Amino acid sequence: MARHVVAPVSEIAPGKSRIVDVAGRSIGVFNVGGEFYALINRCPHEGAPLCIGFVLGRFTSDRPGEYRLERHGEMLRCPWHGWEFDIKTGQSWCHPESVKARTYNVEVVPGETLAKGPFVAETVPVSVEQNYVVVEL
Amino acid sequence: MNVTVVDRKPDTSSQTKLGIVDCDVHPYTKSAADLDPFLPERWRKHRQSIGGRSRSPFSNAPNYPRMSPFTGMRMDSYPKDGTHPGSDLAMMQEQLLDLFNVQYGLMMPLLGRGSDERNVEFGAAMATAANEWEAQVWCDQEPRLKAGIQIPLEYTEAAIKEIESRAGDRRFTHVMIPPRGLEPLGRRRYWPILEACAANGFSIALHLGGTSGHPSTGGGWPSFYHEEHPSYPQSKEALVTSLVIEGVFEHIPNLRVALVEGGFAWLPSLSWRLDKHYKRLHEEVPHLKRLPSEYIRSNIWVTTQPIEEPERPEDLLATCEWIGWDRIMFSTDYPHWDQDDPRYAFKAPLTEQQKRMVFRENALSFYGLE
Repeated sequence: MARHVVAPVSEIAPGKSRIVDVAGRSIGVFNVGGEFYALINRCPHEGAPLCIGFVLGRFTSDRPGEYRLERHGEMLRCPWHGWEFDIKTGQSWCHPESVKARTYNVEVVPGETLAKGPFVAETVPVSVEQNYVVVEL
Repeated sequence: MNVTVVDRKPDTSSQTKLGIVDCDVHPYTKSAADLDPFLPERWRKHRQSIGGRSRSPFSNAPNYPRMSPFTGMRMDSYPKDGTHPGSDLAMMQEQLLDLFNVQYGLMMPLLGRGSDERNVEFGAAMATAANEWEAQVWCDQEPRLKAGIQIPLEYTEAAIKEIESRAGDRRFTHVMIPPRGLEPLGRRRYWPILEACAANGFSIALHLGGTSGHPSTGGGWPSFYHEEHPSYPQSKEALVTSLVIEGVFEHIPNLRVALVEGGFAWLPSLSWRLDKHYKRLHEEVPHLKRLPSEYIRSNIWVTTQPIEEPERPEDLLATCEWIGWDRIMFSTDYPHWDQDDPRYAFKAPLTEQQKRMVFRENALSFYGLE
């Protein structure tokens, strides 16, 4: 298990994401309302590049004619078959008990701390003035 | 619930080593003008100034909304120049032909509108143009791709002429017949076309799509795409029933039909039902010399996509057994949103022999490929 600096916080705005290669794996890093989350860029259904899919909310309804949009910006829809996943947990909407997209721990770390190491900085240059998104895998 | 999908390793065994046959690949034009070089001037002008008049209720829109941009494309299949998915050969090679070691891809172009064009002469010209475009723009650049012959289904003479003109051209492997014609396909009005297919050595691919103006379900137009999608098997059931009961396979015993993009799990229950009623109603259809299921078994093949995903994945294997493993051919439907990936499509394990048949040998034999 190693920690990888993947981007300055300022480069992934709320509601945005970035797909990064970390240790040979394609990972999607998402900013949901200022909090960062990371998911594997591979749908557990048929292997599609999950993280290029639309980010949306969850429509719910108690009865026909009544609709609510909840958790706006927290769901990820696969670009192929439309399976939806909770960005925060990787949980699948259609098979919540059995299907999960792999998630990774993410934290925001000040550049000053990073400069001390022992992080694997990959290709992202680190300056002490900024905060960075760090993914663990 | 499906539980087998989690963390499954891709199945990269035999089917990809040998090279698979993909029985449903969609090439697209970058713009409608791509067909202009293949249209005579009279019809080129018609296309540019008047355009198509389809039998669908909306002339330039699909009959139902879809959940992804354009009309239901895989989101990662858009070429960088912003043109239509499926219109860039290099991308198709990267995402499909090379990635899965596709030995042959059977093209099912959904354009030209030859089939449901109300001006049948224009429809005939568009079908011919689309066929030339397939052959020159795709097959000549990429020999792994095989072309489907588009025909104006409601203009018999032109359809037969088009079929005959492609006979012997190895770039063409099948005749595409739209599954929703003005009448069920087994009706006498279509027999000359079906005869021409068999006589010229072409299999028929009944690919879902297009409209005759009839609602897509037997009960009328659906409200939701979720309703529309299950109408695919419905239209296939109507086709199979019509072809069998009208006696088409008695009249043209060597007619070979592939049902494309309708899944297949419904076929056994239809066969059971038809056989049950044959025992009671055969007096009405004395031209049938065999059980309906026997005609289905001898003349009809199915392609897999959109593959059914039963609650117990192994139930799909029993379904394949009922249909016959020698009648099932793998298809992706690239670049559509509901395409299947050969590594993951089957959620239950196939034997090596079953893989060879489904991913390769059945289609080679059906389409006369080597």
